[in-house]
Amino acid sequence: MLGLNKKDTRFLLIVIALTLLTPIILQPFPEGSSLAQFNAGYPDLMQRFAIFGIFAIGFNILFGLTGYLSFGHAAFLGVGSYTVVWMYKLLDYNVIWGLPLAIITSGLFALLIGFVSLRRSGIYFSILTLAFAQMSYNLAYSVLTPITNGETGLQVYTDDVQILMGANEPQSPHFFGIVMRENFWVADIGAWEFTFNNGYYFSAVIAILAFYLSLRIFRSPFGLMLRAIKTNQTRLNYTGLNARPYTLAAFVISGMYAGLAGGLLAAMDPLAGAERMQWTASGEVVLMTILGGLGTMMGPVLGAGFIKYFENIFSKINEQVLRQWFGFLPDGLEGAVVWVAEYFVGSGWHLTSGLLFMLVVIFLPGGLVEGGQKLAGLFKRGKSDEDIDDPEHQPKQSPHVAE
Amino acid sequence: MGLLEVKGVGKRFGGLQALGNVNLSVQENSVHAIIGPNGAGKSTLLNCFVGKLIPDEGSVLFNGQSVLGRTPHEINQMGISRVFQTPEIFGDLDVMENMMIPCFAKRDGAFRMHAFEGVENEKELVEKAEQMLIDVNMIDKRHMNAASMSRGDKRRLEMAMCLVQDPKLLLLDEPTAGMARADTNNTIDLLKEINEKRDITMAIIEHDMHVVFSLAERITVLAQGTPLVEDTPENIKGHPKVQEAYLGEAH
Repeated sequence: MLGLNKKDTRFLLIVIALTLLTPIILQPFPEGSSLAQFNAGYPDLMQRFAIFGIFAIGFNILFGLTGYLSFGHAAFLGVGSYTVVWMYKLLDYNVIWGLPLAIITSGLFALLIGFVSLRRSGIYFSILTLAFAQMSYNLAYSVLTPITNGETGLQVYTDDVQILMGANEPQSPHFFGIVMRENFWVADIGAWEFTFNNGYYFSAVIAILAFYLSLRIFRSPFGLMLRAIKTNQTRLNYTGLNARPYTLAAFVISGMYAGLAGGLLAAMDPLAGAERMQWTASGEVVLMTILGGLGTMMGPVLGAGFIKYFENIFSKINEQVLRQWFGFLPDGLEGAVVWVAEYFVGSGWHLTSGLLFMLVVIFLPGGLVEGGQKLAGLFKRGKSDEDIDDPEHQPKQSPHVAE
Repeated sequence: MGLLEVKGVGKRFGGLQALGNVNLSVQENSVHAIIGPNGAGKSTLLNCFVGKLIPDEGSVLFNGQSVLGRTPHEINQMGISRVFQTPEIFGDLDVMENMMIPCFAKRDGAFRMHAFEGVENEKELVEKAEQMLIDVNMIDKRHMNAASMSRGDKRRLEMAMCLVQDPKLLLLDEPTAGMARADTNNTIDLLKEINEKRDITMAIIEHDMHVVFSLAERITVLAQGTPLVEDTPENIKGHPKVQEAYLGEAH
């Protein structure tokens, strides 16, 4: 189906089901219970899962397949956001203008940066991309203020032209009248509350398309060439293939994914700021990809979800919550435990995610996907030994270097 | 005129004259060996054929066209395939994927944006690759990870990858270096078989006289960057200059 073999079709269907059911799956704890704060089924966070999933899927096409580690992909994220906000300012709030244009502008931008950076490989390539991204960040922050509105960030003002703006049109991002920030259904079932948000489903459908596209690329001759580039460029050259256009194409495609993700960020919240282009944002997508499983289909999405979950959930936990949890302990001990635990939550959530990242890289070099496979292997072994080593969804362990 | 015509090629590395006035002609459908003691410039010469090095002087014509200044992938597209001293294969990929890459390169050229066809759906190329694997006795290993194979199998795979492109000229850089006797003999048999079945032109750089004399139809002896003699194996064996060059090395 859809040009995929049976196994991939099944895989895609599972991904679609999981994506569409996310508002339910991420809301496992009843409202008002002490565990409710671990629920992640609220619109803002789910939108982030989908959007950063797209970002990571695209990044994986470059980093996972070719092994070229870019440290500058946040620049494309930023370009995408600025493009979409500019379309709000010039035309109207319908995202249909901005999103395709975000893909085009970030693609052109990636073509330029890729053309220069891909003259080198390995660490030099990484440094070149980093330099370009930091240049873009600083330009956006100061020099290009007329375009980017500098440190305030780009936003829509009431005196903007908005030439297509209709009389009854919504005053926030929408897709032909479907307003992104509105929920189309809030279901109260028993103690549970499930929120079905327009913006999430809009991003989710695009994320599914992005995933499908990347699945096709993975299984295509083009994808095979990209993996060949990672493995042995000498053999590739002596086999009559030119690596440069392949890597450049991969770079541009991943840049377009990043631009789309950036555009979607602005589609959920009509703002664009220079900080979106900062190197920490570039580093984040590298972490997502490695954490989830480099070069695997699901890995980057899982990694993106994992990091965004910790960023949002762990950073909300504060001293009060901790005191509540450890209230059963004797007073002195409670104080000590809370004092230690505090370093790992709230603004210290980076410490937790850093430790988890270290654990994953050391014990599961194939990322979360490998962890999942190991678990699945344990369960399956009881039943039958076949099919554990499914080579399609369980790529061979790839070396953790950006050659 | 030969398939590969080398005229007056010279190459210098700083003060070292690696090659000087090399003239060589590889005839179509022959097996031509280039031998010589260590440091004679054999590998340098081969690198001049494939675009890795550009000679300072002279010309290298393949099929009447100059290869100088072209990149390795362009030269491969002209019809020259190369086997390396240590097998260069795609270690992270499986055997079948290794075979598909040269098939695509042959059909689609140096670059094609074929991002939506599935690899499995290229029936014709899959068949071609499988036939090649049958020919080299590796069909049962087609799902094996290439890096996990023995050295002999890697060499076999590398040759299959070169041959599936139907090159006009196959360059072999010490194909049996570091191999055990049995593996060496297997490789010789494989090369002989290829030569008989496919009418392919081969140029071999080799150290091992046993390999050279069992395969080559013409031999060029290289010493200190210049050809000493070019002749048939029988005449080379008894040639005083050749013995001198090899004995000279042994002293």
